[in-house]
Amino acid sequence: MQKHDPQLLLQHSPILRHDKTTPGVMLDVLLALSPVTIASIWLFGLSAIVVLAACISGAALTEYFFTPTSKRRRILLDGSGLTTGLLLGLTLPPALPAWMAFLGGVVAIGLGKIIWGGLGSNLFNPALVGRAFLLATFPNAMTTWVEPAGSFWNLPSSTLSLPFTLDELDAVSGATPLGLMKFEQQGTPFLELFLGNTAGSLGETSGLLLILGAAYLLLRGDMDWRIPVGILLTAMLFSGALSLVDPTVYPTPLFSVFSGGLLLGALFMATDPVTSPSTPTGAWLFAIGIGVLVILIRVFGGLPEGVMYAILLMNAASPLIERFTQPRVFGYDREDSS
Amino acid sequence: MVKASQQEYEELIKGIWRDNPVFAQVLGMCPMLAVTNSAINAIAMGGATFFVLVGSSFLVAAFKSWIPKQVRISCFIIIIATFVTVADYTLLALIPGVHKELGAFIPLIVANCLILGRQEAFASKSTIRLALLDAIGMAAGFMLALLMLGAVREILGDGALFGIKLFGTQFEPWVIMILPPGGFLTLGLLLLLFNWLAVKRRKFLDEVIKAERGQS
Repeated sequence: MQKHDPQLLLQHSPILRHDKTTPGVMLDVLLALSPVTIASIWLFGLSAIVVLAACISGAALTEYFFTPTSKRRRILLDGSGLTTGLLLGLTLPPALPAWMAFLGGVVAIGLGKIIWGGLGSNLFNPALVGRAFLLATFPNAMTTWVEPAGSFWNLPSSTLSLPFTLDELDAVSGATPLGLMKFEQQGTPFLELFLGNTAGSLGETSGLLLILGAAYLLLRGDMDWRIPVGILLTAMLFSGALSLVDPTVYPTPLFSVFSGGLLLGALFMATDPVTSPSTPTGAWLFAIGIGVLVILIRVFGGLPEGVMYAILLMNAASPLIERFTQPRVFGYDREDSS
Repeated sequence: MVKASQQEYEELIKGIWRDNPVFAQVLGMCPMLAVTNSAINAIAMGGATFFVLVGSSFLVAAFKSWIPKQVRISCFIIIIATFVTVADYTLLALIPGVHKELGAFIPLIVANCLILGRQEAFASKSTIRLALLDAIGMAAGFMLALLMLGAVREILGDGALFGIKLFGTQFEPWVIMILPPGGFLTLGLLLLLFNWLAVKRRKFLDEVIKAERGQS
C-alpha cells in the first residue's frame, strides 16, 4: 500500500476547473432559442412543430446509431445534437416536407459532425451543413416561402408529403423581404422585420426575440460577443456605404441587419465555439469576413440570401485565422513564437 | 481446357472485391466522379475502360521483354493510347449520344492511373495469361464500382435507372446527386461502407483463427 504525503497534492492538468459543462452550455443555448421557437410556432402554426420535430428526431436518431454504445448515453444527453437539430429546423422554410427536414437532420449530424469525430472536431457548423445539403438537393422546396398564417392549426399540404415526393403548396406563398428587395426593389417596413410578421425561415423572422435570446447567452457568458458585434457592424457599415452610393438600389443598413437570417446566423451560428476562432483578434477577423461576405453575396451575388455560405466559408478559414493570431508566448521573441 | 490453378483464380477474383481498384486502391477517381451521374454513362465508361485495360495488359505482357526499362512508361502510354483511340471511335460509331455525354473523359482514359498502374505493377512482370486474368478482374471491379455509384446517383438524382422512371411523377429529385458534390458524397459513403465491411470481415476472420487455435 502506497502512502501519500498529505502535504503534497499531486494532480495532473487541467488544474483550473470550470463549472461550465457541455450539457450546461447547450441548455443555455436551448433556453436562448426558446423564445424564437415559440414565436415560430405562433407564426407558422402546426407546420413549424412538424418541421422542428422532424429535424430534431433526424439528428437524434443519427447520433444514436453512429455513436459507440458505451458513449451513447453521455453523448445523447449532452444536448448538442438537440441544439443542432433545433438550429437547423429554425433555418428551414415553414412549408418544407417533414421528410426533407428529417433528412436534413441526418445529414447535419452524420456529415456535419459524426464523420469528423464527434462534438468539437467538426470544421463546419453542423446545422448549416444540413441546410446547405438541403438547399443543393431540393432547391425548389427550400425556396418556397409562405406568409405567417396566424392560426395554430395551419398545416400546408406539402409539410406532410410522403417521403420522396413533394405535394403542391396549398397555402399563400410569399416572397421573403430579401427576395422582394433583390428582385423587385421593394422594401419592408422596419417594424415588421423587427417583430417578425414576414415570410421567411421558421426562426429568422423576429429580430427582437433573437436579440433577447442572444442577450441571455451573453449574460451567461456562453458566447464571444466579438463575433456577433463584428458581423453586424461590418454588415451595417458595408451596406450603409452602398446605400449612400445609391439608396434606390441598395438596402439600408437596418434592413440588411434585420432581414433574412443575418441575426440568427450572427448570434447563434457564427458563435459556435467549435467552428470559430478562439483568439480575440481571430474572432474579429472571422466576424468581419462574414459581414463582408454576407453583403457581397446578397447585393452582388445571384442569391437573395448569403448568410449560410458566408458562415460556412469563414468556418473553413477559421483554423487558418486561429493559427495566424496565436498570442506571443511570454518570454519568447516575436520571431521565435511562430 | 486447361484447369485454372489457385493462383490464377486469385488473380482474377482479387480485383472485384478485395483489391477493388476504386474501393480498396482509390484509383481512377477522375472518371469515377465525373461520369457517374447515370447508370448508362457508368456502363459505357466501364466498358471502355475494360477494353483498354484488357487490351493493353495483353500487349504489355506480350512485349515485356522488348520494352527497354528506361522508357517503359512511355511505351505503356503509347499502347494504352492506341486502345483508347479504338474505344473512342467505337463508342462514337455505336452510341453517339452517350459518347457526347462522356465528352473528354474517354480520351482521358489514357491518364487513368488504374490502367497505367496495372501495367507497371503487374502486366510488365507476369505471363500473358496471368496479366489477362488480372486485367479482367480489375476492370470488372472498376465497372462494378462505377455502376454502383452511377445507379445510386441516378436513382436518387433522377428517380430512374437506365433511363426508366422507377417512381411516379410525384418523385422529388435530389438535385445534388447528379451534380458534382453528389459524386463526392456518394463515393465517400460507399468507401465508408466498404471499409466498414472490410473491418467486420477482418474481425470475423481473426475470431475464426483464434477459435481454431483454441481447438488445436
